[in-house]
Amino acid sequence: MFACLHAPDLPDSSHALLIHCACGFSPRVEDTGAQTAVLDIEGLDRLLGSPRQIAEAMARRAGELGIQANVAVASNPDAAVHAARGFRGITVIPKGLEASVLASLPVEILSPPPEILETLKSWGIRHFGDLAALPEAGVAARLGAEGVRLHKLARGAGERALAPAIPAATFEAGIELEHPVALLEPLSFLLARLLGELLEKVEARGLAVDELRLRLTLEPRGEDWEAGRTPAESALPETDGGDLLQGKSRRAGCGERSGILRPSKISMEHARTLRLPFPMRSAKTFLKLLASDLETHPPQAPVIAVSLAAVPADPRLVQYGFFLPPAPEPEKLELTLGRIRKLVGAENVGAAELLDTHRPQAFRIRPLAVPQRSHALGRRLSGRFPKKDAGEASAAKAQNASTAEPGSLAEASFSETDRSSPHRFLALRVFRPPLRAHVEAPLGRPERIVAQGLHAPVISLAGPWRSSGDWWTAGGWSRDEWDVALSDGAIYRVYLDRLSGVWFVEGYYD
Amino acid sequence: MQSPLGKTDLESVLGSHFAGLGRLGVHLELSRPAPERVSTGIAEVDALTGGLPRGAITEIFGPASSGRTSLLAATLARATQRSEVCALVDTNNTFDPLSATQAGIDLGRLLWVRCAGASDGPHRRWKTHPAEQALQVTDWLVQGGGFGIVALDLGDVPPRIARRISLTSWFRLRRAIENTPSILIVIEQEPLAKTCASLVLEIQKEKTNWAGRLCPGRLLDGTLHRLAARKPVHSAAAAFALRAAWTGKQTAVG
Repeated sequence: MFACLHAPDLPDSSHALLIHCACGFSPRVEDTGAQTAVLDIEGLDRLLGSPRQIAEAMARRAGELGIQANVAVASNPDAAVHAARGFRGITVIPKGLEASVLASLPVEILSPPPEILETLKSWGIRHFGDLAALPEAGVAARLGAEGVRLHKLARGAGERALAPAIPAATFEAGIELEHPVALLEPLSFLLARLLGELLEKVEARGLAVDELRLRLTLEPRGEDWEAGRTPAESALPETDGGDLLQGKSRRAGCGERSGILRPSKISMEHARTLRLPFPMRSAKTFLKLLASDLETHPPQAPVIAVSLAAVPADPRLVQYGFFLPPAPEPEKLELTLGRIRKLVGAENVGAAELLDTHRPQAFRIRPLAVPQRSHALGRRLSGRFPKKDAGEASAAKAQNASTAEPGSLAEASFSETDRSSPHRFLALRVFRPPLRAHVEAPLGRPERIVAQGLHAPVISLAGPWRSSGDWWTAGGWSRDEWDVALSDGAIYRVYLDRLSGVWFVEGYYD
Repeated sequence: MQSPLGKTDLESVLGSHFAGLGRLGVHLELSRPAPERVSTGIAEVDALTGGLPRGAITEIFGPASSGRTSLLAATLARATQRSEVCALVDTNNTFDPLSATQAGIDLGRLLWVRCAGASDGPHRRWKTHPAEQALQVTDWLVQGGGFGIVALDLGDVPPRIARRISLTSWFRLRRAIENTPSILIVIEQEPLAKTCASLVLEIQKEKTNWAGRLCPGRLLDGTLHRLAARKPVHSAAAAFALRAAWTGKQTAVG
């Protein structure tokens, strides 16, 4: 059985109140919209009695909440909705009598499309009963599938299932501390406990965690300062190693030690968000990532409360195989990258991506995304790439072993094979930033290069090759490039920045 | 005082212990299976070395413009085309993504770690030489596992600083990479890993080729390189050519 609450005079801002009222009777509530809520009341008879008693209880509760609502009970959601919208007060439709009870309702309650409504009116069809009395085949022929649907609703026969709103799952855990915590180790214990609670809830729903939000409430700082130390500093034990509060941050916000009161600039909350490259469930991994993040971005005061929230996501599905190339385990890789980022900086770890511009050295570093294994398998099977290299290397060695003479060089030349091989390019090693150079070029060609760690005459050279771009923006560039072989045996790429007139050594070929 | 056990005494003791094995006796050796080898992408180098061994350290040393980086790029290109994920620990931030793309490296499968050393960044709490950071990062990557190739680029680290890397560190890396499918390639100016490396290659530039008349309009066409195996020692050497990315026409060597 289904019940419908319809409050025609309810403002939109109070719609949530209507849903709340319905939720008080059943967990399966559908937000049908337009001041209407439908709920499944199956089983409520054991609590409240007959369908009329249930409807009266609902009307009473709505009244307590200040909602003037019509309540209807029927065997299907559509009949209940139409009855609540059409009849004032309480309506109970016994099963099998939907057609007769709803017959007097105007067809407008069905919310037909305007053209169908106009057609019905032109036929003199004003009520549910009139429409229900028409032959179904004729309705289908003249009004199509929509007409058949309206015909069925007019008879009080609905087949749709209730679509209850599923409340958004929130996964949060928190704890308030009796004593402030200033060390990472005890804080890690607390985080481990909260992570365990959260992951238990997440796993129970068959989900994984996409993002972790940590909020640390910090101990408020008083404004009565002792001479030379703040109250927070006086209260803190002298520690070394594992201390969340670094010396720098401890002194931050202290102002001058002259006793002059200054407002504290330290926030009372320290919030960190850990965005994961893919949904995970490993508490150990989360704990290590959080600990690493807190070591890098420590709070500025002792912690008095900890709150941890997890953003759920569907778990990652991975298809393993016996013959796929090795790849780092994602969880292990994330931990390793976390440590590396902490050491060298997040901006120095990742995969390079060339930008779509002719500007030299235009690239960005983005997080490394380990490619899907299934794609790798597909590419191997398609034969697009060379066969197994171990076999190729051994075959090449066997082929040449009989022809190479000891102590001799194997003959080499630029051949068709060389040209066709994609791997035989001369790579450039760049200097970042480019080395500023003094170049002697009396005849317009570099003859001697002097730069940091470099001072040699030019033996041979190629160029100049001019390139420029972005001249239509403020960041335009223009340069003349030269490839120069110096007396030290190395081949460098130097260029003259034509906008500044300065020479630079960009790098050397290796 | 007892005289130390000589080799003959040891063999006789072992021989009696393994007498049931017949003539194999003291000559029983525990043999390891030969490691799998992978191509460098350059046929001449593969012919000389048989490929780079997995689960071992390979050193490629030589001066500037000797072709070390190009050889590494070719190897990484072949590995990424095999759908392997590789890592490059760039000590001095000299990696050129454009050169890498031209060589055929799939940048999406290459983890690039740039070691900056001393910095004013807020996350850096101490000042260290980039080589020290690079070694630490390499250790983490090798310990983490899963990479087809981990390349440590010490090509621009002055030898006097590179020599400070202790043998213990190299042993640690060797132990970490043993029995894994990963290859650790070290690019340097002189060999550093000593006994810890399974393959040591010395590379030099033999000739530079230019196309066209003297300026303007001349082009760097390519270079010819010579590669010799220093460990295991091989009497033969390999010569191979590298070309510039813009080369189109065939050019004679000489």
